[in-house]
Amino acid sequence: MVNLGVNIGGLNLKNPVLTASGTFGYGEEFADFVDLNRLGGFIIKGTTINHREGNPYPRMAETPSGMLNAVGLQNKGVDYFIENIYPRIKDVDSHVIVNVSGATIDDYVAVCEKLSPLDKINAIEVNISCPNVKQGGMAFGTTCEGAAQVARAVRNAFAKTVIIKLSPNVTDITEIARAVEAEGADAVSLINTLLGMAIDVERQRPYLSTITGGLSGPAVRPVAVRMVWQVAKAVNIPVIGLGGIMNGRDAIEFMLAGASAIQVGTANFIDPSVTMKIIDYMDEYCLRHGIKDINEIIGMINN
Amino acid sequence: MKKYILDLTIVENRRIHELYTLLILTTSDGSILPEMKPGQFVQVAVDGSKTTFLRRPISINNVDRENNHLWLLVRNAGEGTRALMALKPGDLLNVVLPLGNSFSMPKNQSDLVLLAGGGVGVAPMLYWGKRLKEEGYMPKFLIGARSAKDVLQLAEFEKIGEVYVSTEDGSMGEKGLVTTNTVLDTDINKIYCCGPAPMMKAIANVAKAKSIDCEVSLENMMACGLGACLCCVENTVKGNVCVCTEGPVFNINELTW
Repeated sequence: MVNLGVNIGGLNLKNPVLTASGTFGYGEEFADFVDLNRLGGFIIKGTTINHREGNPYPRMAETPSGMLNAVGLQNKGVDYFIENIYPRIKDVDSHVIVNVSGATIDDYVAVCEKLSPLDKINAIEVNISCPNVKQGGMAFGTTCEGAAQVARAVRNAFAKTVIIKLSPNVTDITEIARAVEAEGADAVSLINTLLGMAIDVERQRPYLSTITGGLSGPAVRPVAVRMVWQVAKAVNIPVIGLGGIMNGRDAIEFMLAGASAIQVGTANFIDPSVTMKIIDYMDEYCLRHGIKDINEIIGMINN
Repeated sequence: MKKYILDLTIVENRRIHELYTLLILTTSDGSILPEMKPGQFVQVAVDGSKTTFLRRPISINNVDRENNHLWLLVRNAGEGTRALMALKPGDLLNVVLPLGNSFSMPKNQSDLVLLAGGGVGVAPMLYWGKRLKEEGYMPKFLIGARSAKDVLQLAEFEKIGEVYVSTEDGSMGEKGLVTTNTVLDTDINKIYCCGPAPMMKAIANVAKAKSIDCEVSLENMMACGLGACLCCVENTVKGNVCVCTEGPVFNINELTW
C-alpha cells in the first residue's frame, strides 16, 4: 500500500490531486466522469463578493499546446454560492476549497467572512493573480507590498487554511512567495496563467475581446516547473504546483520539483476524467519506484 | 442526461463535398449508443498535432438506431477538422457526448414548422427533422448554399419532407439568400435555424417581423463543452450564459440580437 496522503498547511488531503479554479466549475459538472470523492480536493472557481458578468465574447483562443482565456472572473457572487451550490456539494468526501477574488482588500475580507462559518470549507485559495480583470487581481499579486497586504487581511479574516495563488507575471516570484509567507499564509499555489496574446492575421485583429489573456496548457509547463522549484526552495510553507499538467507524469514532475500537491486545470477540458488517471498513475509510479509514501518524492531532485 | 467519454469506431468516412465529410461511427465494444437528443452536440478529440489542443464541438447529424450509428457532418475549418476528415474506417475517435440542450417541440400538434440550415448548419436539422416526422409533424426544410453543389444531404432531407433551396448563384432553387425564399411567405408557426451567424440573425429578424416563434442553434467557440471554462458565453437577457450547457439552442427571445 502506497501512502498518497499529503498535508497542505493543516489540511490533510487523501492524495495530492486538486482541480484548478475555473477549470472544474463547482465539481458537479464533472460528476459523470469523475468520482469526486476520490479527489484530494477541488477548487471552486473564482468567487467575488458581487455577481460578475465577466468579459465580452470572444474569451478564448487555442494556441500551440495551450489556450488563452479572458473570462474575467464571471461568477454569481459568494451569496449565490453559499445558498445554491454549497448545500449540493457539502457532503462530498473530499476537500472543497473556494478560490476568492476581489477588486479591493475589503472585497477579499468580505468574501472570507462569509465563507468562514461553512463547515465544509476548510481552506480558501486567494487569487491575487488573475490577469483578466482591470481592478484588483493581478495588480495585488505583482508587488510584494500588494501581495502582503491581501495576505495579511485574509489571514485575519479566515482562521482556517489560507493558500495564496501566485502570478508568474513577475520578475522574481520567490520574493512574492516570501512576502505572503511572512504574513501567515499557510501555502502558496503557482502558477496562474501567463499573460499572452494572439492575433488573427487574416482578420487583422486580436482573437480576444480583451486583446490580452492568460495562457495555460502544456505550453507553460516548463515555466511553471521552474517557478515551483524556485519557490519551494525559498519558503518553508507547502507549495501547490500547477501549469499545464496533462497526465500523471507531469504531476510527478511538479512534485519532484518541490510541490506538495498539484492542480489539474486545462487538462480537464480535454479529458474530463483525467484526474482519476493521475491518481492511479501516482500509485503505480510509487510502486514501480519502491516508494511507500509519496511525501518522499516532494523536492526529491534537490536531494 | 448522463454524459459519456467513449472511443467510437469509424464505420465510414463519406466525402460528400470537397469541404465536407460525413463520419459514420459506432461503439467499439458493440454496446448501444447512449441517448442523444436533436440539437445536442459532441466533443471530439483531435490527436497528433500541437496546434489542435482542444476538442472540437460537432453537431449530431443523425442517430441511426437501426444500425447503432452516429453521424457527424464535418466541415474543413482548419487543422483540427482536417485531421477528422482524414480518419479511416476502423480508426477510433474519442468522443464526449451528449452535450448541450435540444430543440423544443412545437406548441401544437398542428403547427407548421420550418427547419432552416445554411452550410454545415444543416447538420442538426436532419436528426431534428426525423424526430419531428416521427412525432407526427410535417417539417419543411429551407437550405441555403452558395451553389447547387454546396447543398448538403439533399436526398436525406427529401426523404423526410418538402425541401426549399436558396442558392446565391441561382443554380438550384431560388436565387438569393434564404431570407428571401418564398417559403417564408407561407403559413409557418415555428422556425428552427442553424447556420452562419449572419444567416441566423437575418432569419431571426424575419421571424420577429412575422411574429413567428424561432429557435436558433449557436456555435460559439468552446473549450470544455461542460459549462466549466465559461469561454463560449452568449450575451442573453439573463446575462452571459454558456452556449455549451444553456444552449446551443436558444429561443430568439432569450438573445440580445
